[in-house]
Amino acid sequence: MSAAQIELSGIERVFRLGDSEVHALRHLDVSIAPGEYVAVMGPSGSGKSTLLNLLGLLDRPNAGVYRLEGRDVTTLSPEEQARVRSERIGFVFQSFHLVPRLTAAENIALPMMLAGIPPRERADRVACALKDYGLENRAGHRPDQLSGGQRQRVAIARATIMRPAVILADEPTGNLDRATGEEVIRLLEQLNGSGVTVIIVTHDPVLGGHARRQLLMEDGALQHDSAREGAA
Amino acid sequence: MRVPDLIRFARDAATGSPLRTSLLVLAVAIGVAAVVVLTALGDGARRYVVNEFSSIGSNLVIVLPGRSETGGFNPANAITSTPRDLTVEDARALLRGTAIRRLAPLVIGTSEISVGGKLREVIVAGTTSQFIEVRRLSLAQGRFLSEEDWGRGSAEAVIGAKIRDELFGSEPALGKLVRIGDRRCRIVGVLAASGQGLGMNNDELVIVPVALAQAMFNSNTLFRILVEARNREAIPAAKAQAEEILKLRHDGELDVTVITQDGVLATFDRLLGVLTLGVAGIAAISMAVAGILVMNVMLVSVAQRTAEIGLLKALGATGRTIRMAFLAEATMLSLAGAVVGYVLGQAGAALIRHLYPTFPAYPPTWAVLAGLVTALASGILFGVAPARRAAALDPVQALSKR
Repeated sequence: MSAAQIELSGIERVFRLGDSEVHALRHLDVSIAPGEYVAVMGPSGSGKSTLLNLLGLLDRPNAGVYRLEGRDVTTLSPEEQARVRSERIGFVFQSFHLVPRLTAAENIALPMMLAGIPPRERADRVACALKDYGLENRAGHRPDQLSGGQRQRVAIARATIMRPAVILADEPTGNLDRATGEEVIRLLEQLNGSGVTVIIVTHDPVLGGHARRQLLMEDGALQHDSAREGAA
Repeated sequence: MRVPDLIRFARDAATGSPLRTSLLVLAVAIGVAAVVVLTALGDGARRYVVNEFSSIGSNLVIVLPGRSETGGFNPANAITSTPRDLTVEDARALLRGTAIRRLAPLVIGTSEISVGGKLREVIVAGTTSQFIEVRRLSLAQGRFLSEEDWGRGSAEAVIGAKIRDELFGSEPALGKLVRIGDRRCRIVGVLAASGQGLGMNNDELVIVPVALAQAMFNSNTLFRILVEARNREAIPAAKAQAEEILKLRHDGELDVTVITQDGVLATFDRLLGVLTLGVAGIAAISMAVAGILVMNVMLVSVAQRTAEIGLLKALGATGRTIRMAFLAEATMLSLAGAVVGYVLGQAGAALIRHLYPTFPAYPPTWAVLAGLVTALASGILFGVAPARRAAALDPVQALSKR
């Protein structure tokens, strides 16, 4: 496992709520190889979302080291972290987080626009993505004109448009019915099949069961890692 | 983020909430419009006064009897300096000045004019034939006072247009004999109606030869000597020569005051210029208020769009990009407000000009530019704080708001 894509060692994350301290993550050591399909599970408040935010460089640990592709990213400046997010990480959220005033195509193009990619290349890649996700005739629609499944497809297209190495999905099916949820999972699994590391946070055991590796969190600590169990 | 993308993104963000945007644009527009209209009023007043002064006559130097001192009361003056009168001879002597083209002595008094049982109180001006050129007046009928020795005082009079209307109505006035005070005079000319002039209404004036007026009022002093310099450049020379000649004639004592039209004009110009500035300052306050409003609205916008900001950060936007996006939006809003305000202000000034055609209510260029620049600057300046707040948002917290 020397070529681990994601390597967390001794990660601590403490929130201060008034006088009391809440340990959202306690001494976490996890290592994830490229192309893995990981489900992070656990009851609410177990720290799984905090873990995902850390992995996505939206949050910083109080202690410990996070290496992404061999590079210590915890010490990077905010601007450098933004670059890493832009190029290496894609987010899929439970509530989609589409920009309501932008069309589906514009939402998909948003990361490329922020990265300063020329409009011509953007248009090509968006057209391609719309086709891949079956959204061709929804390109000009705003999010409120799309169904939940379509919205999440737009969100996934947006997450993958920069061709990231890691997709982080926070309860991606939480706001969807079972059928559309399964469709979204299939999309994520297809992505994983093409070599992208997929990390899903969920408390749905069925969904978690799909993943090849399960991490069970409780009280900010790793309770169970199916990979280690398999190794043991 | 590319500049066109940034501009488009900011534009979409602004048009995404039309009520907020239009209110903000309106606030800035009112500020700019206030600057444009108020300075148009102030500067219009200044132009109006300047125009009125210019209509008295050009290149004018005016000689007044007495010395206006600003050194306070000097006991020595109380004994020694009794101002000598300004006489017709003084005026005649001034003709020697090389910088002086022509001049007209002036005696002013009130008297009564009567004809055919009609009687009216009038202002009588005693002067000479050159007066009409010095004052740039024009005649409607007849001729002006004849060229004659200043001491002679023929019994002739030139009357203003209003006097003619009131005394003669539709009957011809030329050649008629009228009684002015205790003298009988023949009307030789009627002045063209010129409307209200500054200080003196020419339409209600009766002009007679200077010697006649002095006899009428039983005095030999002059009220003023109106001197016309050869040209604009000669005005200071004309002033100096007038002072020198009169000082010689008055035993070496300068007991007259010589003012130039330029001097009076400059004073008014300064005075009303300051007024315009003051008015502009008041208008600038409304601009500052608009700026604070921009800040307030942008802060609300940041609060409303926290989720979006968090998302942009998650999608790889740097703090700088987010700052720029919000700043671009604030700039765009204040620019739109400035343009709308400029159009409104110009329309307002045009309306004033339409309602009061004599009042030249044109906003000065400096004020318009200052208004536009201030609007933009305040919009940008007050946009900085919200933009910084947006960039500093914690993406995790921003995203958790659903």
